[in-house]
Amino acid sequence: MAIKTQAPQSAGVPVQMYRLQRWFKRALLYIVLILGAVLVLVPLAWSISTSLKTTAQALTFPPVWIPEPIVWRNYVDALTSMPFHIFYANSLIIAVLRVIGVLISSSLVAYGFARLRFPGRNFLFILVLSTLMIPFQVLIIPRFVLFRELGWLDSLAPLIVPSFFGGGALAIFLLRQYFMTIPTELDDAAKIDGCGPFATFWRIMLPLSRPALGAVAVFEVLDTWDDFLGPLIYISSPENFTVELGLNAMRTEYFTEWNLFMAASLVAMIVPISIFFVAQKHFISGIAIAGSGGVKG
Amino acid sequence: MVTQQQWIQRLPRLRMRQLEALAGYLFISPWVIGFLIFTIGPLIASMYFSLTEWDLIGSPTFVGAANYTAMLEDRFFWQSLQVTALYSLGRVPLGIIFGLLVALLLNQEVRGIGIWRVIYYLPVVLPTVAISLLWLWIYNPEYGVLNWFLWTFFGIEGPAWLQSETLVLPSLIVMAVWTMLGRYMIIYLSGLQSIANELYEAANIDGAHSWQKFFAITLPMLTPIIFFNLVIGLIDSFKIFTQAYIMTDGGPRFSSLFYVYYLYQHAFERFNMGYASALAWVFFAIIMVFTLLIFRSSKLWVYYEGMDQEKN
Repeated sequence: MAIKTQAPQSAGVPVQMYRLQRWFKRALLYIVLILGAVLVLVPLAWSISTSLKTTAQALTFPPVWIPEPIVWRNYVDALTSMPFHIFYANSLIIAVLRVIGVLISSSLVAYGFARLRFPGRNFLFILVLSTLMIPFQVLIIPRFVLFRELGWLDSLAPLIVPSFFGGGALAIFLLRQYFMTIPTELDDAAKIDGCGPFATFWRIMLPLSRPALGAVAVFEVLDTWDDFLGPLIYISSPENFTVELGLNAMRTEYFTEWNLFMAASLVAMIVPISIFFVAQKHFISGIAIAGSGGVKG
Repeated sequence: MVTQQQWIQRLPRLRMRQLEALAGYLFISPWVIGFLIFTIGPLIASMYFSLTEWDLIGSPTFVGAANYTAMLEDRFFWQSLQVTALYSLGRVPLGIIFGLLVALLLNQEVRGIGIWRVIYYLPVVLPTVAISLLWLWIYNPEYGVLNWFLWTFFGIEGPAWLQSETLVLPSLIVMAVWTMLGRYMIIYLSGLQSIANELYEAANIDGAHSWQKFFAITLPMLTPIIFFNLVIGLIDSFKIFTQAYIMTDGGPRFSSLFYVYYLYQHAFERFNMGYASALAWVFFAIIMVFTLLIFRSSKLWVYYEGMDQEKN
C-alpha cells in the first residue's frame, strides 16, 4: 500500500478503501461495546425474568425467558415473606442519620484542614489519610467489644454513631480538596464583614460546596446500603435487621424459591439504582475528585 | 530585643493566630475524638487481645505470642492465605485490563457515551448481598442461565460451578470482574481525558501508528491511574467476605475459605477473640507490606508529569 500516503491527490479507490476501513473499525467498536453491555445486562435481565415466574417455572430446564404466566404477586409475597417493611425502615434510618453525621462532621473537619492554620496540621492530615489504610476488618473485634461494653449491641447505634466523628477519611479528603478550590478572597471578604471562622464556614463554604457535599452524601448512602459485615456482627434480633440482613435471612429460610429471592433482591437494588440515576453527574465528578469509587469491599 | 511598643503591636496578631489555631482544633475535634475512640483505641485493644486467649466471657488470659505461633501450624490459616492470593491474582489483573479496554473503547468519540458509562457502571452500585444471590442463581448447576447457555449454544452439560474445588475461585473472579469493571473504567476515563491532545497531535505529525501512540503516550500517561487501581483493587480483593458468606460458605472443602471469612468464623462463630485478633493483625501487616511494595515499585514504572524536570 505505497499509494496510501498519496491518497488525497490520487483520490478514487484508496480514499474509498480508507473510508471502508474506517467504517469497518467503527462498526467493530460498536459491536464490542454492545457485546460488553449485553454481558453486563443479561444477569439483571435474567433476575427480572425469574422474579416474575412461578416457583415451578423458575425450576425448569431449559429455562424460558418470558414468564408464563407473569406473576407480579411474587413481589408482594417476597416482601411479606419476612417483615421487610421493618428492614427497609431500619436501613433508611441508618442511611439518613449516617448521611447527616458524615456531612456535618466531615465538612467541619475538612474546613479546619483546608482553611485554618494550626500547629501540627499537616501531620494530622497525613494521619487522616493514613487511616484509609486500616482495613475495617482489623477493627471489628475491638469495636464489637467496645459496643458490647456500651450496651449498644443489637441496636442501630454502632452503625450510626461513628459517622458523627469525622465521617471517614475519604469524605474529609474529598471535601478538603473541594474547599481548596474556592478562592480565599471570599473568606477575606467575609472576615472584613465580621464573620468568624464558623460563620465563614456556614455561610460561604457550605453553600458553595453543594456538588461535593452531594457526592459525599451519595457515596455514604451507597456504602450504607452495601454494608453487610457490620450489621451481621452488631445486630441479632430481626426487628433491628437491615435489608441486607433480611435478604440473607430469607436465603436460609426459603431455600428454593428463587423467584422470591430475585424479587426481593431487585427491590433492594432499587434504592441504589435510583440514587445512581438521579445523582449520576455528581457521582462521576465525585469519583474524579476522590479518584476512587467509595463503595464495595 | 523586642521593644515594648513592638510587643503591643504584636499582641493582637499573636492572639489572632492563637484564636485561629484554637478554632482549627475545634473544627477538627470530631475527627480527633473519633480517631481516638474508634480507631486508635481499638487498634491498641486489638493488639492486646491478640496476645490473649478470650471467649468474651470473663477476662482475657495473657498467652504471649502463642496465637501467632499457633498460626504457623494452622493449615486453615495457610489455606485461607492461598485462596485469597489466588483469587486476587485473577481478579485484580483482569479488572485492571478489562477496565482499561472498556475505557479505551469509550474514549473513541463514541456516540451516547453517557448511556454506555451508566450501563457499565451499574453493577458497581448494586448491594453485594443482592449480587451474590443473583450470581448464586446464575451459577445454579440445574436451572442456572449459564449452564442453559452452554447447553443451548455448545451442547455442553455445564458443571456445578460453585460446588467444584477447581471452578469455585474462577467463578467468583468472573463475578467480581462483572461487578468491579465499571469502577476501574470510570477512573481510567478521567485519566484518559486529562491526557493533553498536543501529545497525540505531535505524534501524528511524526507519522506514528495508533499502536505506537498507545504504547508511547497513552499507556505511560495512564500509569498513575493503573497504580491507583492496583492499590485499591488489591486491598478490595483481600477484603472479600460477603460473597463467601452468602454463596459458598468457604467451600467446597475450604477451596473458597477467604482470609476475612476465616477471621470472621474464629471471632463470631467460635468466639476465639484472641486468635481472631492475631489473624486481624497479620491481615493488616500483609496489606501494609503489599501496599509498600507497590509504592516502592512505582518508581520503576509509574510516570508522573513534571518528574523529569525535578530530576534535572
